Amino acid sequence: MHSPQPNPDTRTSDDWPSELHRILKAADVRQMSYVPDAGHSQLIRMFSADPDVTTNVLTTEEEGIAIAAGAWLGGQRSVLLMQSSGVGNCINMLSLSAIGRFPLLMLVTMRGEWAEFNPWQVPMSRATQPSLEAIGLKVMRAETPDDLVETVESAASLAYESDQQIAVLIGQRLIGKKKW
Amino acid sequence: MSMQAQLDRRAAVAVLLKNRKDTLVVSGLGSPTYDLHSVGDHDGNFYLWGAMGGAALIGLGLAQAQPGKRVLALTGDGEQLMGLGGLATIGVARPRNLDIVVIDNQHFGETGMQASHTGRGVDLTAIAAACGFAATGTVRTTGEVERLAAQIAEPAEGPRLFVIKVLAENPPRSLPSRDAVFIKNRFRAHLGFAAA
Repeated sequence: MHSPQPNPDTRTSDDWPSELHRILKAADVRQMSYVPDAGHSQLIRMFSADPDVTTNVLTTEEEGIAIAAGAWLGGQRSVLLMQSSGVGNCINMLSLSAIGRFPLLMLVTMRGEWAEFNPWQVPMSRATQPSLEAIGLKVMRAETPDDLVETVESAASLAYESDQQIAVLIGQRLIGKKKW
Repeated sequence: MSMQAQLDRRAAVAVLLKNRKDTLVVSGLGSPTYDLHSVGDHDGNFYLWGAMGGAALIGLGLAQAQPGKRVLALTGDGEQLMGLGGLATIGVARPRNLDIVVIDNQHFGETGMQASHTGRGVDLTAIAAACGFAATGTVRTTGEVERLAAQIAEPAEGPRLFVIKVLAENPPRSLPSRDAVFIKNRFRAHLGFAAA
């Protein structure tokens, strides 16, 4: 199985999307689904250009929960990308992952918590972690690029090797301010 | 106005799955899960008891992981209506091995037989066609279900969605295990994957 090799010489803190791609490939992720977020745009491009990974653009984030369960039934690992506003769309569908103990890895870019211009992002931002925990997910957070890479590596292992349901929240401070 | 449906749902599903061979089946919550179980439990069945709107999308993830196998999402009109956006996602993904069959009684049968959208003019096959499905159709008789069973056994150019119009009635329940971990592990073992 082809996997991009880590190259410590070119590892820079602002190239965390490449690092996440490398980690998820090393974890044998074969399906990726997403509702776009600007913070995920580079990772989405890398997966979309990857012939070994099937990507699905979704109309609503909960679809990705179901796709991930189906992928696992068929023997493949899946990752789901979204922003925090999409977490609210997922809650009932997460019953499937929780009750079936399906491996689940969600990477959630946070909005509404750091230098946010759009106040409509704030309520769901506040509800993101409590609602995920209420439905039974383990929530991990990263605030720096180095921390994010390590966190996703650990989360991938927990999800795919230990049948856990994990959401990694990527702090808005890490993503940077959206330009208006 | 639509014609009055005459088909018994259990009889229709029995005809549809009579020669299923190695088709993998995901059933939507409520009656489709009971229908699927009623024709005989099978290791290649994944029964939903919740996750409304997710049956066809579980089918998508499964079809993408198992491109050499035919996958059938067997669901109801209410379940598919909750996942309308998923038809767009499936249309874009364009799996060649996924069929959706909607057992359409035009009602929410589990909750008191309230009329659903499909009994009020909404046509799921037209929505699927607009989403780029390779084939769609509506069947109303046993003979048509027999032809549909033969059709979905054949290769396709992309996803297909068919509606089987059935009588609005709740036959005696045929209950599979509600233990999703057991059903999941049994399903994966059927495909040769070990439990964690």
